[in-house]
Amino acid sequence: MYDIGTVYEPKTVEEAVRMRCEHPQAVIIAGGSDVLIKIREGKLAGADLISIFGLDELRGVHMEEDGTLVIGSLTSFAHITADPLIREHIGVLGEAVDMVGGPQIRAIGTIGGNTCNGVTSADSASTLFAWDAIIELTGPEGIRRMPIRDFYLSAGKVDLREGELQTSIRIPRKAWEGYKGFYIKYGMRRAMEIATTGCSVNVKLSEDKKTLEDLRIAFGVAGPVPRRAESTENTFRGQALTASLPGEIGKAVLADVQPRDSWRASKDLRLHLCSTMAERAFREAVSRSGGEL
Amino acid sequence: MSQYKLVTCRINGKERSAMVDVRASLADMLRNEYSLTSVKKGCEVGECGACAVIIDGECYNSCIYLAIWADGKEIETVEGLVGPDGELSDLQQAFVEETAIQCGFCTPGFLMEAECFLRRGEIYTDEELRKLLSGHLCRCTGYDNILRAVKKTMLQRNQ
Repeated sequence: MYDIGTVYEPKTVEEAVRMRCEHPQAVIIAGGSDVLIKIREGKLAGADLISIFGLDELRGVHMEEDGTLVIGSLTSFAHITADPLIREHIGVLGEAVDMVGGPQIRAIGTIGGNTCNGVTSADSASTLFAWDAIIELTGPEGIRRMPIRDFYLSAGKVDLREGELQTSIRIPRKAWEGYKGFYIKYGMRRAMEIATTGCSVNVKLSEDKKTLEDLRIAFGVAGPVPRRAESTENTFRGQALTASLPGEIGKAVLADVQPRDSWRASKDLRLHLCSTMAERAFREAVSRSGGEL
Repeated sequence: MSQYKLVTCRINGKERSAMVDVRASLADMLRNEYSLTSVKKGCEVGECGACAVIIDGECYNSCIYLAIWADGKEIETVEGLVGPDGELSDLQQAFVEETAIQCGFCTPGFLMEAECFLRRGEIYTDEELRKLLSGHLCRCTGYDNILRAVKKTMLQRNQ
């Protein structure tokens, strides 16, 4: 038995928004693999819950006419990994969420929950940063959309306002078309582990595969929230592919990250990881794009 | 103030209904309402896998699944694996033959996980099997015998 107050079970998104306004103290529970643990630990003991688990309209992946990929916020990690649209267009997201926890966690954990709890280590978050994902929120005043980097305010805090819930994650065509990516998670073990640091890289090569038209490098646990290596991206965008490029990128990202010491790993280890993972993930992303270094 | 909800679901092929406390986990409901004690409570925070059950064809940890979410779902536990006269399933028999059991506490979770993915009818490599089984902790066997039992059943079923 959990120490829960009242459970509200909306049947529609509209009703969920209304319940959020009526019960601002209540916590949203999606798959529960974070919220129920916090209740068990005592951090959320006695909380009232708004269970959106039954809102099947928020499950699944589809593509809009303009090529925007839309991932319902309640889509589980397992379903994202198995989804044909994800596999075809943004396969690295399916690979990244396939590293979350273990199989049963991936069956219940949702991508909306993973981003709304605001933690920097979320395996989906760094990859969504690398895809320039747009977060869609539905609230009493209607729909609000924002780039994922604006959604993360500070450690554990996202821009989810009173009455709102996250309803989808959107990846516009211009963000995915022509890009290939690679995600590396570093942890002490391969299952049931939180990333010590994670790195997700996307690249877009020119048609002749000789030039780096664009690159996006994103990190988890290299700062209080997931982040992009912007100065590195600006420096190397447009450069010719050369054998020394991955190493140079690996060095450059050190100026873009601010990891800290924690009980999980030291700052120095994380700096080393950021550099090495950016280099390796870039190498793999180029190779997946058909480029040679 | 207690809050209850009528939860109707199919459990091991039978339609069942009960008024359930909204604070209950599915593991609580299966054990307390239906005496399905194969569902073990190990960690109760979704880490050990001892409480795993199949819900609508996917394997979940029932300790971090609210009982009220089970309404309208099809649930399977180890009690549903055995034959009409209590005969062990091929998978359970393989666990016996390969000594994949010692204390037995993790066994129901491993059985339901393996049953769930073996039904897909695919042949997995050892590495893939290890990943598929990675959400379960076992303090006794060192996992090798469990892997062997699952692999044996997979090969038998796909002959």
